[in-house]
Amino acid sequence: MTARIGVVTFPGTLDDHDSQRAVRVAGAEAVPLWHRDKDLKQVDAVVLPGGFSYGDYLRAGAISRFSPVMETIIEQARAGMPVLGICNGFQVLCEAHLLPGAMLRNTALHFVCRDQRLRVENAATAWTADYTAGQEISIPLKNIDGRYTADEHTLDELEAEGRVAFRYATGGPAAGGYGNPNGSLRDIAGITNAAGNVVGLMPHPEHAVEPLVGTGGTDGLGFFTSVLKKLVSA
Amino acid sequence: MARVVVDVMLKPEILDPQGQAVQRALPRLGFEGISDVRQGKRFELEVEGPVDEAALARIREMAETFLANTVIEDFNVKVES
Repeated sequence: MTARIGVVTFPGTLDDHDSQRAVRVAGAEAVPLWHRDKDLKQVDAVVLPGGFSYGDYLRAGAISRFSPVMETIIEQARAGMPVLGICNGFQVLCEAHLLPGAMLRNTALHFVCRDQRLRVENAATAWTADYTAGQEISIPLKNIDGRYTADEHTLDELEAEGRVAFRYATGGPAAGGYGNPNGSLRDIAGITNAAGNVVGLMPHPEHAVEPLVGTGGTDGLGFFTSVLKKLVSA
Repeated sequence: MARVVVDVMLKPEILDPQGQAVQRALPRLGFEGISDVRQGKRFELEVEGPVDEAALARIREMAETFLANTVIEDFNVKVES
């Protein structure tokens, strides 16, 4: 029996089907979860996909964070269930205080859509074990509210505990996908909770899992194979 | 019915590029002498029943948990007469 990975659909979610597909490409069973349903259908892990849930009204992720499905996800995440938040999903995790900090409007006020180079900083989380620390990957990025912000104390704590999971890779040409695209503090693209089961990032691994579509690479597949290995060996 | 207003503003230390964009546009439109603009949100709540201390306490709780994200924003609650 393979692992069951739930993918939540909120009103305004866009990337639920790509996320389900990425789960299947990795070899797991994708289970659609509905925002009004508290029941997680006995899944082993959950992906909160990207999009504009509730039209980003109030703040991105602020309304979805109080949906019935999130009540159960917050409870299960605290008990150790792997949860990955991608883009809007990352915003939901921050609003739910499963991850520290918040996302703000990009400093250049532009919607950015491009292939983005990231450096994997923490390859010990439930979602990154198939990467190596320091490895650079290229996956799509598409957001306008992507500027990661937290107070200095929180940022120092994240760095000290190795909880910065991904950074925007700098030092190469912007045309090659290098550079901080949204003004995120300390070039942070994604973070993890202390236990390593809850991970959130702005770029989109689910769009880079097959050679035929997306970036043309499969750099995002490791997120889904990492969690699958963890679940199957557990 | 009484109206309670909740103002939500980004904390002073948080960069507000939208406010900056508005500020930079002002001289072009002939509005001189504005050195800084910060953009926020205003919520107007029509309250059923008396706006007593208990009602205000609930509204402050609402602002803290939902209307504002206190990681990045401050809020202010005031009763409008």
